[in-house]
Amino acid sequence: MKLLVCVSKTPDTTAKISFSENNTQFNEAGVQFIMNPYDEWYALVRALELKEAQGGTVTLINVGPATNDVTIRKGLAIGADDAVRIDCDPKSSLYVAQQIANYAKDNAYDVIFCGKETIDYNGSEVGGMVAELLDMPFISYASDMQLDGNNATIQRDIEGGKEVVEVATPFVISAAKGLAEQRIASMKGIMMSRKKPINVVAPLEVADLSTVVHYDMPPAKAECKMIDPENMEELVRLLHEEAKII
Amino acid sequence: MSVLVFAESQNGQFKKAAFEAVTYANKTAQVLGTDCIAICIGDAADAGQLGKYGASKVLQVNDASLNDFDSQIYTSIIAQAAQANNASVVVMMHSSCGKSLVGRLSARLNAGSAPGVNQLPTNDGSFKVKKNVFSGKAIAEIEISSDIKVVSVMGNSLQPEATGSDVAVEAFSADVPARRVSVKEVNKVQGSVPLPEAELVVSAGRGMKGPENWGIIEELAELLGAATACSRPVADTHWRPHHEHVGQTGVAIRPNLYFAIGISGAIQHLAGVNSSKVIVVINKDPEAPFFKAADYGVCADLFDVVPKLTEAFKKFKNA
Ligand SMILES: Cc1cc2nc3c(=O)[nH]c(=O)nc-3n(C[C@H](O)[C@H](O)[C@H](O)COP(=O)(O)OP(=O)(O)OC[C@H]3O[C@@H](n4cnc5c(N)ncnc54)[C@H](O)[C@@H]3O)c2cc1C
Ligand SMILES: Nc1ncnc2c1ncn2[C@@H]1O[C@H](COP(=O)(O)O)[C@@H](O)[C@H]1O
Repeated sequence: MKLLVCVSKTPDTTAKISFSENNTQFNEAGVQFIMNPYDEWYALVRALELKEAQGGTVTLINVGPATNDVTIRKGLAIGADDAVRIDCDPKSSLYVAQQIANYAKDNAYDVIFCGKETIDYNGSEVGGMVAELLDMPFISYASDMQLDGNNATIQRDIEGGKEVVEVATPFVISAAKGLAEQRIASMKGIMMSRKKPINVVAPLEVADLSTVVHYDMPPAKAECKMIDPENMEELVRLLHEEAKII
Repeated sequence: MSVLVFAESQNGQFKKAAFEAVTYANKTAQVLGTDCIAICIGDAADAGQLGKYGASKVLQVNDASLNDFDSQIYTSIIAQAAQANNASVVVMMHSSCGKSLVGRLSARLNAGSAPGVNQLPTNDGSFKVKKNVFSGKAIAEIEISSDIKVVSVMGNSLQPEATGSDVAVEAFSADVPARRVSVKEVNKVQGSVPLPEAELVVSAGRGMKGPENWGIIEELAELLGAATACSRPVADTHWRPHHEHVGQTGVAIRPNLYFAIGISGAIQHLAGVNSSKVIVVINKDPEAPFFKAADYGVCADLFDVVPKLTEAFKKFKNA
């Protein structure tokens, strides 16, 4: 099995978010970065489990600058065999997907994994883009995946329930909670990761069709109105008359 | 020029999401000074009703074998319709289907995209639209420069508006690629409102002490016609089903009203619910962080307050 796992770097879930240059740039100062949780906890771990069960290789791919190597090393420490970094600024989702697809097209991967979304851009689009560019099926929000030879049975999250689908390799899958159990890198894994290669590749020239031009903070919440616990009629009245939602 | 909108149907029925999508597309068409055309895939009856929400024309690939979703087939059909109608914007909901389509369509049409937007675009020479980023901690304005643009709309960003009347449905004939994904089963929770579509949500956390106590939550939710939700530890310990888990690692929702009962309000929980229009927090700890994100707060024991609240709603309903 040749498995490719798309991994991105995101600010830690608890990071304080701020912007610079007239609110046009995310301010990275003092921000702790992590591997996007869906990529690390579920996509990567499920790929490693498949490799352990059936043999093969797990390659990480990241589109980003050299400072991302720290994040990529973490994935190698958890157990990936090697990594590819497309050396550029990940400008937009389509730009990123074009880089990934361009690399993947000559390498005949059986399954390409990504996370259901990045926790910074919340796009949930890179996986679908890669699938389209490679003319492969795409199964999003997978919370369970079993592979029997070349045939996969995948459970995916849909509104208010689950859907079970069958698909043959090669395909692209995006990982949601449940696909695997998070793993922690062992000391041995961390030592071994230092010897594993990160293959740096020059980007493909492609146009950038969408750009974030401005960031805003959400409007500040008005002070919370405290209601007397003995007077729930008052809460109902406020929801009806003031908030006008019931 | 036109705005093309994909109107989702399931088992031959349109859901509220389809009406929201058409409403959004129609308003976008007004911003751009053009018409809104809807496309539906599968054998949904009564597709002409999409005209009420602003579609000037409805295209349908009326084939029951296409009722089961597959992102590759749907992308191909929607892209063909976009080209045939010279679409400048393609709109869909940011639903489980829409999330599988938005990226694919963008790649297929070589179009810039904005996934999960929650406001109408502005068009003062350039096309700009806003979405939440950093799990609701900030808002990004995205400018799309390609001639054709792909946009998916967060559920509950606007209310469907039925102001027009039914229109004619035209059969759309498309080249349909071979199916490579087969749907084996669909398991939906029966009877209740699906969480991502719910306008009212009653959610509870570890303060409930145990799954046996959820009766008061279910009673309140049923009375209001609300969906139920829970915090992550509650789902992790199987007190409640996994699909009720909201937050960073669970579902992100934006209902009109979110009740947070016995939930502390950790940042990862807030990430999934902070776009709710109104938040009511019931917690016995006055220092619970959730109060900072709340519109209305009740500081008391939930086991006392929730039954009283249910009574108050009953009185209100009967008044
Ligand atoms: C990377 C990461 C991702 C995460 N993702 C999520 C996520 O998606 N969703 C999520 O929910 N969490 C998530 N978490 C966990 C999150 O940090 C919190 O631990 C979790 O939300 C706490 O759940 P809780 O509020 O139900 O429980 P607790 O924190 O234990 O809070 C219980 C609350 O109930 C109140 N209470 C107790 N008894 C009563 C009573 N009788 N009456 C009234 N109030 C009472 C208490 O005062 C307290 O505030 C994540 C954590 C990490 C690290
Ligand atoms: N710069 C990147 N490099 C590699 N993979 C990425 C990158 N950005 C996003 N991805 C992958 O695409 C998934 C969805 O990202 P998004 O569409 O931004 O929500 C992520 O979970 C990753 O698996």
